[in-house]
Amino acid sequence: MSTVDQTHALPVQAQKSTLRWAISDILTIARRGLLALVRIPTALVFSMIQPVMFVLLFRYVFGNVIQVPGGQYVNFLLPGILVQTTIFGGIGTAIGLAEDLQRGLIERFRALPMARIAVLAGRTVSDLARNIMVLILITLVGLAVGFRPHGGIGAYLQACLLMLVFAYCLSWGFAYIGLSAPNSETAQAMTFPLIFPLTFASSIFVPVDKLPGWLQFFATNQPVSQTAEAVRGLMLGTPHGQSTWITLAWSLGAILVLAPLSTARYRRVA
Amino acid sequence: MSDFAVEALNIYRTFQDGEVHALDDVTLHVARGEVFGLLGPNGSGKTTMVRILSTILAPTSGSAVVNGYNVVEQPDEVRRSIGLAGQFATVDENLTGLENLRMIGKLNHLENAFVKRRSSELLEQFGLSDAAGRTAKTYSGGMRRRLDPQSRQDLWAIIEGLVESGTTVLLTTQYLEEADRLAKQLVVLDHGKIIAQGTSQELKSRLGNTVLSVSFASTSNAQHASMLLSDLSLKPANLEGTVVEITVDQGPQAAADALRRIDAAGLELTGLVLREPSLDDVFLSLTGHKTEDETAASTEPTSKRRRKGRR
Repeated sequence: MSTVDQTHALPVQAQKSTLRWAISDILTIARRGLLALVRIPTALVFSMIQPVMFVLLFRYVFGNVIQVPGGQYVNFLLPGILVQTTIFGGIGTAIGLAEDLQRGLIERFRALPMARIAVLAGRTVSDLARNIMVLILITLVGLAVGFRPHGGIGAYLQACLLMLVFAYCLSWGFAYIGLSAPNSETAQAMTFPLIFPLTFASSIFVPVDKLPGWLQFFATNQPVSQTAEAVRGLMLGTPHGQSTWITLAWSLGAILVLAPLSTARYRRVA
Repeated sequence: MSDFAVEALNIYRTFQDGEVHALDDVTLHVARGEVFGLLGPNGSGKTTMVRILSTILAPTSGSAVVNGYNVVEQPDEVRRSIGLAGQFATVDENLTGLENLRMIGKLNHLENAFVKRRSSELLEQFGLSDAAGRTAKTYSGGMRRRLDPQSRQDLWAIIEGLVESGTTVLLTTQYLEEADRLAKQLVVLDHGKIIAQGTSQELKSRLGNTVLSVSFASTSNAQHASMLLSDLSLKPANLEGTVVEITVDQGPQAAADALRRIDAAGLELTGLVLREPSLDDVFLSLTGHKTEDETAASTEPTSKRRRKGRR
């Protein structure tokens, strides 16, 4: 039989500012997410198979049919697929949080003296790390199938950073979905009505001027198209107007609305 | 500071816009350093009460103070002063045993050096040192529960150890045997209301009686006996097949009386048992249903939560 040698005063760390506690808690939770990435390599592999399939299918099935300004469809496609893939990373955020909720981990965390925002921020940060890995892989696959970004390495990295920022801000919305779903399967299904119109009714795969008029207005102005415009322009070294700033504005708006909403949701779930 | 580790006053909690009353005017006083048992059938409000006391859920009205801190106004202080073990073994499957413990230690904002030392100590205590570096998903159910202990023997030992060192434990359980053994004070909830409280002795003596169970060779004999013995019983005699059960005050005296009458009537006796009331009998008489039958227990496994008070 085990006995417990319970000391009367546990050594608590020296008082830190609320912000420093929050950062420390976020890192603890993010570390947990990163370890999961390493521990279940199959999950990482499967999250990479889908974007690779998209690259290959669109490149070789639609590549010769879809006409784009400037000629090469592969150069039009790759920046788009990268944006789509980073946004799809949010599905993992929703599924992960739904699983934590289902397994009772969220309830357990809520009874700890940790920062309220840490469970969500830690999860979105580790999912951001996964997005970075996927970005690198898809870039390599793209280069192998003829993608030639002429904008230079600096602009390429800038483009990557921009889409990661946008996808990260949006992932707080997926966190909300994850916390609202009864289980992980439903969480995944709940992301579809949001994620498919946003990525397909956009300039990710086709130029928006090929779309019917009523759809064009939505497709031109919605944030994913703006992100795709900016990323494509930066990567290919072509003019892209104000799209970078518009993307950053959408990102800021998204996180300012979605982060408090998700945190409020986290406080309520039990 | 007050002598109570937990003081909950007139707690109400409703769900679904007030349609469901999970807790209906519950008042609890848990003294420092004792094991306090919160009992009740499924849906009686035990879990809701624990959620409120551990700051996971806010009460609709009423107030609760845990270790001197108000659960609504000072949730962080409350969380720092308690520990909670849920009814399921909540461990992160993708982390190793050691990583799970360290994570919880860190999130409790304990000193790093202490977290490291204590995590290894605990794994050793749970007999999991060899598996410390393996991910929890490779653990058997029993091993997992040692990380979040709920096997009865382990849990009892741990609770007794905690109480010895001055910790207050609030235990919710469906196992009355467990409450009987561990808890000094008990509260029984049903439909969100407190329907009984006191020590387990008090609850048993409130029921106040012993059951005398006599079995016969035939049902006709038993029927005859149930009429013969009915005036000895405090409640209507219970006849089931060849067995007659009567509820009595003075067990041995009643047994002697019963034997004399049975003998005089020439009935053929096959067995006689005097049964002291168990907490299960108390429960049955209070709530009108048994604690948890097997089917209920499998859908909601051992509901055990413990709360550690100020350390």
